[in-house]
Parts: sequence; C-alpha cells; structure tokens
Amino acid sequence: MKLKTLVLSLCSASVLAFAAHAETITIATVNNGDMIRMQKLTDDFKAKNPDIDLNWVTLEENVLRERVTTDIATKGGQYDVMTIGTYEVPIWAKQGWLLPLDDLGADYDAADIIPAIAGGLTADGKLFAAPFYGESSFVMYRKDLMEKAGLTMPDAPTWEFIGEAARKMTDRANDINGVCLRGKAGWGENMAFLTAMSNSFGARWFDEKWQPQFDQPEWKNTLDFYVKLMNDAGPAGASSNGFNENLALFQQGKCGMWIDATVAASFVSNPKDSTVADKVGYALAPDNGLGKRGNWLWAWSLAIPAGTQKADAAKKFVSWATDKAYLDLVASKEGWANVPPGTRTSLYNNAEYQKAAPFAKMTLDSINSADPNKPTVKPVPYVGVQFVAIPEFQGLGTTVGQLFSAALAGQSSVDDALAQAQSVSVREMTRAGYIK
Amino acid sequence: MARAISTRSKIGWTFAAWAVALIIFFPILYTVITSLKTEPEAIAGFNLIPSFTLENYVEVQTQRDYFRPFMNSVIIAVGSTLLGIIIAVPAAWSMAFSPTHRTKDILMWMLSTKMMPAAAVLVPIYLLFRDFGLLDSRIGLTLMLMLINLPIVVWMLYTYFREIPGEILEAARMDGASLWGEIWYVLTPMAVPGIASTMLLNIILAWNEAFWTIRLTTTNAAPLTAFIASFSSPQGLFWAKLSAASTLAIAPILIMGWFSQRQLVRGLTFGAVK
Repeated sequence: MKLKTLVLSLCSASVLAFAAHAETITIATVNNGDMIRMQKLTDDFKAKNPDIDLNWVTLEENVLRERVTTDIATKGGQYDVMTIGTYEVPIWAKQGWLLPLDDLGADYDAADIIPAIAGGLTADGKLFAAPFYGESSFVMYRKDLMEKAGLTMPDAPTWEFIGEAARKMTDRANDINGVCLRGKAGWGENMAFLTAMSNSFGARWFDEKWQPQFDQPEWKNTLDFYVKLMNDAGPAGASSNGFNENLALFQQGKCGMWIDATVAASFVSNPKDSTVADKVGYALAPDNGLGKRGNWLWAWSLAIPAGTQKADAAKKFVSWATDKAYLDLVASKEGWANVPPGTRTSLYNNAEYQKAAPFAKMTLDSINSADPNKPTVKPVPYVGVQFVAIPEFQGLGTTVGQLFSAALAGQSSVDDALAQAQSVSVREMTRAGYIK
Repeated sequence: MARAISTRSKIGWTFAAWAVALIIFFPILYTVITSLKTEPEAIAGFNLIPSFTLENYVEVQTQRDYFRPFMNSVIIAVGSTLLGIIIAVPAAWSMAFSPTHRTKDILMWMLSTKMMPAAAVLVPIYLLFRDFGLLDSRIGLTLMLMLINLPIVVWMLYTYFREIPGEILEAARMDGASLWGEIWYVLTPMAVPGIASTMLLNIILAWNEAFWTIRLTTTNAAPLTAFIASFSSPQGLFWAKLSAASTLAIAPILIMGWFSQRQLVRGLTFGAVK
C-alpha cells in the first residue's frame, strides 16, 4: 500500500513538473483555408513537441497587420510567431524587429524554398521569415467562352489579346462579363493589381531619386487601358470588387477571365464551390513585350518577433509548419490538392501534386517570372513587385488606390486621378524625407 | 368622422413603425438567414430562402471554442457596467443636486472625450496596458470599457437625477440621513428605472465594442467581437460561416434586449414628457 502511494505520488509530481515546464506560444494568423488546415493538424506538432502548447489568434488581414505592427513596434510581447507578408519582412528586418531564421534545425531544407519567394523574405543575406504559402498572379479564364469567342488563349498572352478577348466574351444579356479585375480601393487590393499591371506597361512608382512618376505616359497608358477595358467588359460596380467579390462572380460563371492570385485556382477548380470548375484554363499574366509581366509576388510567412521570450519553441513551430514534411502531412490527411502552394521547389517536381493541381506549372512559372528586387522595366530604388517596401506605402498606396477607384467608378477622369496621385505622392515623399 | 380619421391615422403610423422596425432589423435577419445557407448559396446573390443547413454552426464550433469568448464578453460587459455605475452615481448626484457654475462645462468636457477618434490614442493606451501588465486581461478590458462608456453613463444618470425633486433629498437630510444614506436609500430607489436602463444600454455598448476588445486581447480575454473577427477572410469565401459566428455572438444580447425592452424604453423616455 505504501509503495503504491509512493508510486502514485511520484507520478503526480512528474505530471505537475511536466505541466509546469510546458511552454505556450501564441501565434497570430490570418483566416484562410491553409491556415485553418494548419490549426487542425497541430496534433502532429504536439505529438512531436509535447512540451509546447499553441495559442491561436486569428484575425482579418488588415486587423492582423495593424495589431502585429502595434505589438512589435511597442515591444508588447503578445505574440511569439506572427504571420506577415512579403511587404513587412524587409521593413521589419531592417528595423531589427525580427529574429533571423537561419537555424531552423538540421533537417530543415531551406535550399528547397523557391528562390523568388526566399528573395522577398531575405535581408542582408539572412532569411527573416519562413514562407507558409506563396502566390503570384495569373489569368484564369473560361475555356468554353474563349472557344465561343473564336479565340485561343496563349500561354503567355499580351494585354492587347486580353482586351480583345474580354470584349468578345462579354455578353451583357446573359450576365457574362469579359473580364473581372480588382477595383476596390486599397494598397493590397486595386493597387496590388494596378502596380503589377503598370510594371508591364513600363511604369514605376518612383524614379531613382524617389520622384513620383504618375505624370509619366506609362502610368497614363496603364490607367487608360484599365478603365476602358473595365467599362467595356467589366462587371457593374467593379470599383467595389476585391478578391472575394471577383471570386464569387467567377465561381457563378459571370466572368470570362479573372486576373488575380494564383491561390484562387484551387477555389475556382473546386466543384464543391464553383459552377465552372471543369471549364477553367490558366495562362501567365499579360505583358506588353517590354520584358515584364503584370504578375505579382506574395507570401504569407511565419516570422518570430525579436522580443519573444520563447524563441526556441517558436522556431520549432515555424520549422514544423514550413518544412517539406508538413506538405507530406497535409497530403496524407487532406490530399495533394490542399497542400499550401508556392513555397517549395520539390512540390512542383512531385508527380502526384502535378496531377492533383493542373495549375501547378503555371503557378510556378508565374512565381519565377516575378522579381521583387528588379520589378520594373526602368530602374527603381525600391524592393517589391506590387508594392513599394517602405513604411509610407500603406497609407500612400491606399490614397492613390482611392483616386484610381474613383476614376473607375466614373467620379473623376483618368487625367485628374493621375494628377492628384502625383501631387499627393510628391507631398508625402517630401514630408517623409525621401525627396530632398 | 373624426374617429375614422384617427383610426386610419393610427393604422398608418403603426404600419410605418413596423416598416421602419423591419428595415432596422433586416440586416440581422439576413445574417441569420445566411448562416443557414451553404457557402455557394451565400455567394449566389440575394435569396431569402436558405437550405436550412446547420453545418456552418458545427464548423464554427469545431474551428473555435465559443464558450470562452462568450464568458469573456459576459464578464467584461457586466463588470464594466457595474464599475461604471459605482463611479457614475456619486458623480451624477453631485452634478444634479450640487451644481456649480462649471458643472455644464465638466459635462461637456466628459462628453467631448467620446468625440476623440479611438485610433489616435491606440499606441499610448497600448503602452500603458503593456507596462501595467493589462494586455489580454479581463481586468484591463473591463477598466477600458468602463472608461470609454463612463461619459454616457454619467450623462444619462445626471438627466434622470435632475427629474427627482431636490426637496425629497432635503427631507431625508432633515431626518438625519448621511450623504451615502441619502444616495443609497433615497436617491437610488427613486432612480431605479433610469439606472436600470443605463445599465442595459451600457451592457449593450460594452458587448458590441470592437475596436479596443480586438486590439487589446489575444486569447485569454478575447470576447465575442474577436471571435467574429477571426472568421473574416481576405482570400476565400466564408460568408455563411461568418454569418453563423455573428449570429452566435449577437444572439445573447438580442435575447437580453428582447426581454428587457419594456424596461429599456421606460428608462430611455424617463422624464421625456413633463
């Protein structure tokens, strides 16, 4: 009896000691299919790391961005792992707010990360965030409507072809719009699309001396083309449409083409949600023969704030969530089609993935054709394809986005919108000290 | 003849009142309807007939725990209300029964703090919370919500107290009542309808507050506003699930409002006709 009591006491003490030792890390993340899936699969992480508990904070993208920025800037210490985008990484790394991730374990295959994605998450030769999923943008189109229009979509179309196809595919009587593009104002909404599009028209936000370039003909050509195309072949109320609104239109068969994030391919080709799942084709984002395509580059990545007290546990989690083994885990539980895309070269060499995701090759080609360090035809002093990686861009990009959205809605002319964008940008860049 | 016109007018006003009520209530009704649709139905456009699926509610509960944020909402809303009333009753009493020439200025100044955009003080408040260890704590959020709603509570109580004749308090004083006795035994019972409606309104305001509750919490103290926010997605259509989460979040306060509407209306119109 005494022995039994002693054994039980020892067991209880061990459990209590273990519980006291367990460390809890808090992870801030966005709400999307891949992140939700990760939360469901954390039993695997717990089995491998029984001494680490996970707390999830899931927020809408803009709220999350604001919250983690406030927390990291004030050293609030609320999060041990943060989901951040390609825009934040170079800025935050420069501020010393992030821990370098060059020691994610001996088994972690950092060399397998797609070079274009890794490039956007690297500062001074060090990786500061590990990509969880990556994306570019490309053309998703209705093969049946294209055929009906008597056209064949090339793998690498020009803007001229897109314009011609969109106008021919438009059938207002049957509620079919030739093309659906982002029009909702925001630096991550219409300006992500328009900035990437402007790159292919030879435009740029700033010259080498940080002088805004909205008064140059390349921007006029970009915005003119966009507004005319949307007036002729876009949906009604396009100035309110972002990713989700266009996704809904495309899934309901109301768009002939949609140029947007490559991750949308898994949504529009899913027969459970999409009425046109078996009719979708893919092509690279359009160009104008100037050497740059109108596609962007983005990755939602996991980073560790420099102020965390639980760096080792946080690194173990980041390593688990972004390693090759995680892709195998998702594939085994949910199938290859549900694996987070756009981060690892080995995934695109996997025959099973290629079979499950017919858009795989086009996604990889799109990602590889974007270069955040040389995004434009003419030289620029900034990094970023569909954004400018400076802290002022969030505010400035949204202001310019509002002006361009108003031009799309017909509330102002293209010339007025560009003139105001130039004026606002000069004022803001002067105030921020970029223009001496 | 006069009676006929009056009846017609009454029917007209009743119809108008119902129409306005329906317009106000429609967004909530449509949220509930959308929560009973499948995701493809939810994005398919305006449709008042759902397929009455409960899968969104199951999915919402599977993805996130509802009970913890619900309890946080209850504790924070009720706690901030009780604390606010304890502070506001003496403040409103002094301004209603012992006014000075600065009383109106003080009242206006208190109300003016509500005109300040919350985002303007986010960083200083965040730093204070960090330094006092109040981030992601129920105590911190209770204090915050009490403070932001305090001007409205004081204003409402001040308005109710002014309707109470000062002679009654004088009589209590002559009978030997102390200051606290006067407030507790004479003033408070007379102002119960006003205090009750102020408390109800404060609970509703605290329950619905989203700016601070989302920004000052992570997991431990996150209330239902953070629960809803976690279902909003920039990439992917989860409108039916988001509607289910919203319905679960607003249901308790709607039910409370439904049962207490008589008290709420009585309190809000207290002293309106004199």
